[in-house]
Amino acid sequence: MMNSSLKQLGDALRAKKISSVELTQLYLDRIAQFNPALNAYITVNPEISLAQARAADERLAAGNTEALTGIPVAQKDIFCAKGWLTTCGSKMLHNFVSPYDAHVISQFNNAGAVNLGKTNMDEFAMGSSNETSHYGPVKNPWDQSRVPGGSSGGTAAAVAARLCAAATGTDTGGSIRQPAALCGISGLKPTYGVCSRYGMIAFASSLDQAGPMGRSAEDLALLLNTMAGFDERDSTSLQRDKEDYARGLEKPLSGLRIGLPKEFFAEGLGNDVAQAAEAAIAEYKKLGATVVEISLPNTRLSIPVYYVLAPAEASSNLSRFDGVRYGYRAPEYSDLTDMYEQSRAQGFGEEVKRRIMIGTYVLSHGYYDAYYLQAQKIRRLIAQDFTEAFKQCDVIMGPTSPSTAFKLGEKGDDPVQMYLSDIYTIAVNLAGLPGMSIPCGFGDNDMPVGLQIIGNYFDEARMLNVAHQYQLATDWHSQAPQGLQVAS
Amino acid sequence: MSWEIAIGLEVHAQLSTRSKIFCGASTAFGAEPNTQADAVSIALPGVLPVLNKGAVERAIKFGLATGAHLAPRSVFARKNYFYPDLPKGYQISQFDLPVVGQGQLAIQVPAQGKQEAYEKTVRLTRAHLEEDAGKSLHEDFHGMTGIDLNRAGTPLLEIVSEPDMRSAAEAVAYAKTLHTLVRWIGICDGNMQEGSFRCDANVSVHKPGTPFGTRREIKNLNSFRFLEQAINYEVQWQIATLEDGGKIQQATVLFDPDTGETRMMRSKEEAHDYRYFPDPDLLPLEISAEWIAQVHATLPELPHDKQARYVSEHGLTVYDASVLTSSREMADFFEAALNEAPGQAKICANWISGEVSAQLNRDGLDMAQCPISAQQLGGILKRIADGTISNSGAKEVFRTMWAEGGDADAIIETKGLKQVSDSGAIEKIVDEIIAANPSQVAEYRSGKDKLFGFFVGQAMKASKGKANPTQLNEILKKKLAG
Repeated sequence: MMNSSLKQLGDALRAKKISSVELTQLYLDRIAQFNPALNAYITVNPEISLAQARAADERLAAGNTEALTGIPVAQKDIFCAKGWLTTCGSKMLHNFVSPYDAHVISQFNNAGAVNLGKTNMDEFAMGSSNETSHYGPVKNPWDQSRVPGGSSGGTAAAVAARLCAAATGTDTGGSIRQPAALCGISGLKPTYGVCSRYGMIAFASSLDQAGPMGRSAEDLALLLNTMAGFDERDSTSLQRDKEDYARGLEKPLSGLRIGLPKEFFAEGLGNDVAQAAEAAIAEYKKLGATVVEISLPNTRLSIPVYYVLAPAEASSNLSRFDGVRYGYRAPEYSDLTDMYEQSRAQGFGEEVKRRIMIGTYVLSHGYYDAYYLQAQKIRRLIAQDFTEAFKQCDVIMGPTSPSTAFKLGEKGDDPVQMYLSDIYTIAVNLAGLPGMSIPCGFGDNDMPVGLQIIGNYFDEARMLNVAHQYQLATDWHSQAPQGLQVAS
Repeated sequence: MSWEIAIGLEVHAQLSTRSKIFCGASTAFGAEPNTQADAVSIALPGVLPVLNKGAVERAIKFGLATGAHLAPRSVFARKNYFYPDLPKGYQISQFDLPVVGQGQLAIQVPAQGKQEAYEKTVRLTRAHLEEDAGKSLHEDFHGMTGIDLNRAGTPLLEIVSEPDMRSAAEAVAYAKTLHTLVRWIGICDGNMQEGSFRCDANVSVHKPGTPFGTRREIKNLNSFRFLEQAINYEVQWQIATLEDGGKIQQATVLFDPDTGETRMMRSKEEAHDYRYFPDPDLLPLEISAEWIAQVHATLPELPHDKQARYVSEHGLTVYDASVLTSSREMADFFEAALNEAPGQAKICANWISGEVSAQLNRDGLDMAQCPISAQQLGGILKRIADGTISNSGAKEVFRTMWAEGGDADAIIETKGLKQVSDSGAIEKIVDEIIAANPSQVAEYRSGKDKLFGFFVGQAMKASKGKANPTQLNEILKKKLAG
């Protein structure tokens, strides 16, 4: 049951082979057993989850079902969910129980999915290892001395360890794709604007995008069908006809043109990762694809551009956490300014404070033109590189991250080394394009390697088709970490 | 050598939308604290702004009414600063790309002492959309501060003028004209007590022929009287400071109505760095030519155009026309009354700016609450014009109508106010008067013209005031001439 696809689970639920309550309890038991070691969840609330499961069972009994009705899905703790503690991985929101549902949460609720719990994450989604969480680091289920990646590390670990059927993540610079790669699962960041950001706690508004994380491309398609769609409460949400992301999964890949950016296979890329990625490309050729070398000359600037723009937006987005209306307030302070300073100094962690300071600096009078405006110009050049590239190919492929999962604490002292972990993913956010990561083998120390697939705007269905055909031909995605069997 | 004064105004006009600029919460004034503060108003984590189309339409109306350039694409920016009544830690405003560009406003500066009334055009720099903050309440919390976020997110149009005003009188005339205009085009209720129309004044002084001096900004003036007092005090203070050899430092000051003085709030050095940048949660605001045309079709005839038309079409003086166009209600009243009594523009203007305004004043009412309709007033004017009633009779009709209602003809009938216009009847009265006062007749005929008034009085008394005065005069003259 733990290795079933979402479609198989749905069929089993509709055929009454198992009830949603039973399935939910099965996962809750696994969470109780393995989460203390993995720390993938910040909050589980069996009472709410089982109540939702009972409601789902009623829907199932009435025959009023959708693809995800009754299926337990974990939610990244960045999504506000009514009645749930919603911390965003921060001490700042240690006591914030959301009075409302994010759009994505409502979509799952409307589909009859069960909210299994809130997954751990880097504080305010700022990090690539899940070590910045106030609630402690998440352990990689493949090797608990290693990080799961971040910021959606709790979700990635939970999916890999079968502590949920599927889950959500968010991706500002690689926060879905990099942990998916490091934990050996599949994850998709859609085109900017496909999933509403309403109720998703903002990190960098012009880059943030929610997306599904699961064990296969086929599962991601079903999840995205539920998550995507126009929402008038988000002005950047795109008004498009509803589409079925699973519609083209079975299409053969003959004639597919794959672009390989020479910049992605250059210095800094681990040999083990390069080999796995190249093997995956070879597999695609067998499936009928052709390969063309492309160039994305400005991607080398994507990390500096990102570390101007994302902190700039974050410094402003995080201003609302001031201790006045909700969240953490310092127990002692002398006056208003001291209250702000103490509350924010105590409520935010180091990485968040670093980025608030960088963002405040680059927006300051006298520096704005040199940093923020300049970065915006280069952002457009980076997007143009992709537009040019997609004249020669249908999808772009390469490694998701330059290395496999690193050790906990290994990069803790060097933020720049940590930032380089997202070198292949960030440009995609800057351009607003869809990108995904699927497992494509194992590297050194038997840690999973991810293959990144980048599509043109709104090409999610095509990308899922490309990923699904590979997953039909290979079994990397169905590998599971050892040592997480249910105790009998 | 004398000093020249330069004044520019920044006016915050609260736009009359029912809901806030970026969410659906109500903008109604006076509700219990925080009962109109939804998730967006209190800036819960994860909430997002959605622009209110009605606020944009009001900005477009203002741009059209001031002949301003309307930006086809404008941008909302975040103005970042911390304050407890600013829930997001930033205000959404517009910075380098405002929705309304340069425009202008013609003002009438009233006569003052020897200075006659004159017209002047004030240039508008820009007008932009932004959200209001909430309120901090410092009383009744035992040393703590209460926060009311009902007002947070209320839509404002900030209207910025060039430093074109040269006196407090001009600044007040500008503020009043702007106040009339925003109410006229229906974008702001203009209620200054409730803070719907607030002025900041930038004031500087300089010697003629030299560049403008350093300015100080007087914040939050919420009445025309305070505006005038504050500017006059500030000008006198700046001149005194300079003449004492001092320098003016750029600063923000507050006006204290109790002392009539301005005092420093913060210096330039203490000014915030607001770190403006485009709000990534909102798309650039795009205004199409079609949208502008649609809004244009809903715009009423503007006060300045109406004023000119009243002068050219109805022969009114500029003064009368400007009084009648001081509010849309008054102009509508004038036009409806005139419709009832065609051709009587002058007398209609006199009655509205005279009897009607005076009575409204006495009863503490405004035009919209006038107990007499324009049609009722027109009924009176019609009967004055056709000679049915005299002026004094008309005033009585008006008083009755004000107190009890009813239409003019019915009141004239019941009160018996109809003038006697039957020349036979008047001749009969005149004959009787002449017969009864032979000595006065003799004196008159010997050249004592002043006695004419005596005969008019006698005849009016005999007719119980109902004799048509014009007819009576003619008949008296003829008969007395012998």
